[in-house]
Amino acid sequence: MNTIQETKPRKNALVMFIHKMGSPPWFFAFAGKLIPWMWLLFGVLSAWGLYLGLFRAPPDYLQGESFRIMYIHVPAAWMSMLIYGLMAVMGFIALVWRIRIMEILAMCSAPAGAAFTLAALVSGALWGRPTWGTYWVWDARLTSELVLLFLYLGVMGLYSAHDEPRKAARAACLLALVGLVNLPIIHFSVKWWNTLHQDSSIGITGSHIHVSMLWPLLIMAVASKFFYAANLLTRARVMLLQQDLRKGWILDALNLDKGQSSNGVKF
Amino acid sequence: MTQSASISRAFFALLRRDLLLAFRRRTELLYPVMFLLVVVSLFPLGIGPGPDLLARIAPGVLWIAALLATVISLDSLFRSDFEDGTLEQYLISGHPLTLIALTKTLAHWLVAGLPLVLLSPLLAIWMNLPAQAMGVMVASLALATPILSLIGAIGVGLTVSLRRGGQLLSLLVFPLYVPVLIIATGGIMAAADGLPYAAFLGLLLAGLITSLTLAPFATAAALKISLS
Repeated sequence: MNTIQETKPRKNALVMFIHKMGSPPWFFAFAGKLIPWMWLLFGVLSAWGLYLGLFRAPPDYLQGESFRIMYIHVPAAWMSMLIYGLMAVMGFIALVWRIRIMEILAMCSAPAGAAFTLAALVSGALWGRPTWGTYWVWDARLTSELVLLFLYLGVMGLYSAHDEPRKAARAACLLALVGLVNLPIIHFSVKWWNTLHQDSSIGITGSHIHVSMLWPLLIMAVASKFFYAANLLTRARVMLLQQDLRKGWILDALNLDKGQSSNGVKF
Repeated sequence: MTQSASISRAFFALLRRDLLLAFRRRTELLYPVMFLLVVVSLFPLGIGPGPDLLARIAPGVLWIAALLATVISLDSLFRSDFEDGTLEQYLISGHPLTLIALTKTLAHWLVAGLPLVLLSPLLAIWMNLPAQAMGVMVASLALATPILSLIGAIGVGLTVSLRRGGQLLSLLVFPLYVPVLIIATGGIMAAADGLPYAAFLGLLLAGLITSLTLAPFATAAALKISLS
């Protein structure tokens, strides 16, 4: 009989960690510890990447100095797509297992993703002016990026339209999932539409990119992920604070004495 | 009574109810059609009556007007049922909500989508669309306006509990309509230029089958969230 009790599966450390992360106080404390490191890593990496990209990489033989916009533009475009995927996956987890932290993380991803999409569009327009001679062309990639921005705006709009935060988050998570199913279809239809209507389109990056130009780009791509992580966790903490303002664990987490708060500070 | 018999009975009873309700208010039936007429007639007034230019932009104009007309009519899909509590009765009736979403979407398409398809040849003549593209245009509308209703129903399900959901609805669904717009107008333009167009209609049919099988589940999930 003892052997049966001994072989009873114990939760391993990773499962325990995931379980704990579902609890708001745990998540709040853990995110609080993580955020400074994320900002630090982002700061160091982006400073290094920008230094290499802006000062050390040689000017492009065709585009001159203007290609350096790439070090903002390309990581932003990558992040805009990655975050949408992450948001939809988090939304799926939130809808299926009804984990509140996941709802909050998915909803906090939307503004970050929209900001990256907007950054990619604006930097692309500024880059397009010297290289293509125009701020905007209905290039397949630009158009998909624009539709992606609309999808983000839809998710954010739906979230803010509902009064009750959990209902709002679930509705917006479902919309994000529907968008994820549609995104490949939109992407391929736009790509195909563009080849149908236009004779030629200019590739955004050449097929060959020299190592001295590539390294800063990769460093910036990693830095942008730390930026997203720091931004996401900060937003999630703020959202938790706003939603749980009247709950006891907030006072503990913020090291506020409950007696003191009833005397002086009103919560 | 077997399960399948009760499901088909629920389907036909609900379809009959929705169609009856629609035909009791006949003038409202005409709103999407009149909207389409007015919007399409604005284009020659705004752009100029040149027949070549009109023929070039005709597929896009007709399709964008159809998108707008669909979205405007969509808002009423679940609205009255939500407000008088019928939707909650559906939810507790024991019938799958997916089936109810599908039935109501079908009724909506019969009332708001089908008239657009029937009216489209007249509008195509207005817009000077080449005669050889006429059949493809009607076929593209017949195949793809149900897709608009099916995808739109998800958006309606998500916004039905909002007081001013109608404006938000267009923001939610128009990005999802992009592939339909591109493929449908591409097919009409190919037919107008005398190019093969079968692949376009095939893609629309594939889209119809995909959205017919997937969208009602998403609509049901959206309605459950809105009713929670």
